[in-house]
Amino acid sequence: MSIEIAIDKDVCIGAGQCALTAPNVFTQDDDGFSALLPGREDGGGDPLVREAARACPVGAITVSES
Amino acid sequence: MTEPVAFPQDRTCPYHPPTAYDALREAHPLSRVSLFDGRNVWVVTGHGTARELLTDPRLSSDRTRPAFPMPTERFAQSRNRRVALLGLDDPAHHTQRRMLVPSFTLKRTAALRPRIQETVDRLLDAVERQGPPIELVSAFALPVPSMVICALLGVPYADHEFFEEQSRRLLRGPAAADTQDARDQLEAYFGALIDRKWKDPGDGLLDELIHEQLREGKVDREELISLATILLVAGHETTANMISLGTFTLLHHPEQLAELRAEPTLMPAAVEELLRFLSIADGLLRVATEDIEVAGATIRADEGVVFSTSVINRDAGTFPEPDALDWHRSARHHVAFGFGIHQCLGQNLARAEMEIALLSLFDRLPGLRLAVPADEIPFKAGDTIQGMLELPVTW
Repeated sequence: MSIEIAIDKDVCIGAGQCALTAPNVFTQDDDGFSALLPGREDGGGDPLVREAARACPVGAITVSES
Repeated sequence: MTEPVAFPQDRTCPYHPPTAYDALREAHPLSRVSLFDGRNVWVVTGHGTARELLTDPRLSSDRTRPAFPMPTERFAQSRNRRVALLGLDDPAHHTQRRMLVPSFTLKRTAALRPRIQETVDRLLDAVERQGPPIELVSAFALPVPSMVICALLGVPYADHEFFEEQSRRLLRGPAAADTQDARDQLEAYFGALIDRKWKDPGDGLLDELIHEQLREGKVDREELISLATILLVAGHETTANMISLGTFTLLHHPEQLAELRAEPTLMPAAVEELLRFLSIADGLLRVATEDIEVAGATIRADEGVVFSTSVINRDAGTFPEPDALDWHRSARHHVAFGFGIHQCLGQNLARAEMEIALLSLFDRLPGLRLAVPADEIPFKAGDTIQGMLELPVTW
């Protein structure tokens, strides 16, 4: 079972909480918006992915099982 | 129902919520408080309910709305002033936030760390040269964030006495009229600075905003002045308080301090826990624009809502043994920086400043201790950002 991570960039406010919480999966692009690190689009099995989604102050990150 | 608790109130201990809020802690997750003008409003005390409501677009931050709750007479003075960023709702807020976000990313903040360290080292050199005892707020806690935000914005640090004094008046008075006058003075200062920079650009964020936004007509001058004022005031007052109150708290918790000294890699976790524990910005304000059903209650349109972060961050359901200072807990989901669209823009810069300032301070002055008994040290009143007014230390 793998997971799918969706980031809503229209909602993202660039607080950086995702990249702070799960730095091996999330980063911020030059505009400050949340982005997935190359090769980590499936979360790479990192247990902090869900914590990062919960830390997002505007609920811009959705984690679903596929 | 019993009489609503008055809000805000002074703390009895500078790092604990006021004892009068104990009743609020029991009235989980939503209760009522009375404000200085006799008005009763909702107070949010539960962590889950706070997160739910702080992301609800039916709660407005627009303080020009007639029903917006005013916590103090001083705050009420700004009722009719448009305040950039934190006084705006989306979509206007989102436009301003997007303009600023690139300057406050984790990457940009990480790149500032060497400069912050240099600033901290220079200030500690001066502290050591001067020798004990010293007053730590004016010698260290305030100049660290003041110098950092000046460098970031492109504001001359030479003007620091002026803007620190106006920020103090803006946030703490003493008279309600001070707030109005201090804001006028800061706005006049930024007006003149923007005019100067328009002709003679420097390399700060303010210069970038002038040339990429103001010249292009994406913001107007008044908006930019308001933004600059907020960035400057929020950029130094809050962090200065975290450094002074954080130092005081660590000196009062020798076991936790010893642990931190032995294991400096705990510092990021310690900063997070201090943010939760101290909750220096206590009392986020909103007004409902529609009826909202929450936690079995109905917040009616035009009712005021206050979020007591000091109470929310001690919700035992989220933070077990909430009154203990513990580096090993997960403090990550605290709301000390707020939550929702207005969550602090400068939070990652603040984290970096706190980490570097506290680590370096205790590293350079291992014998640091209070120079007078703890109960003789004045701290700030409950109606402003919490922190120490003075912090006399020796080593």
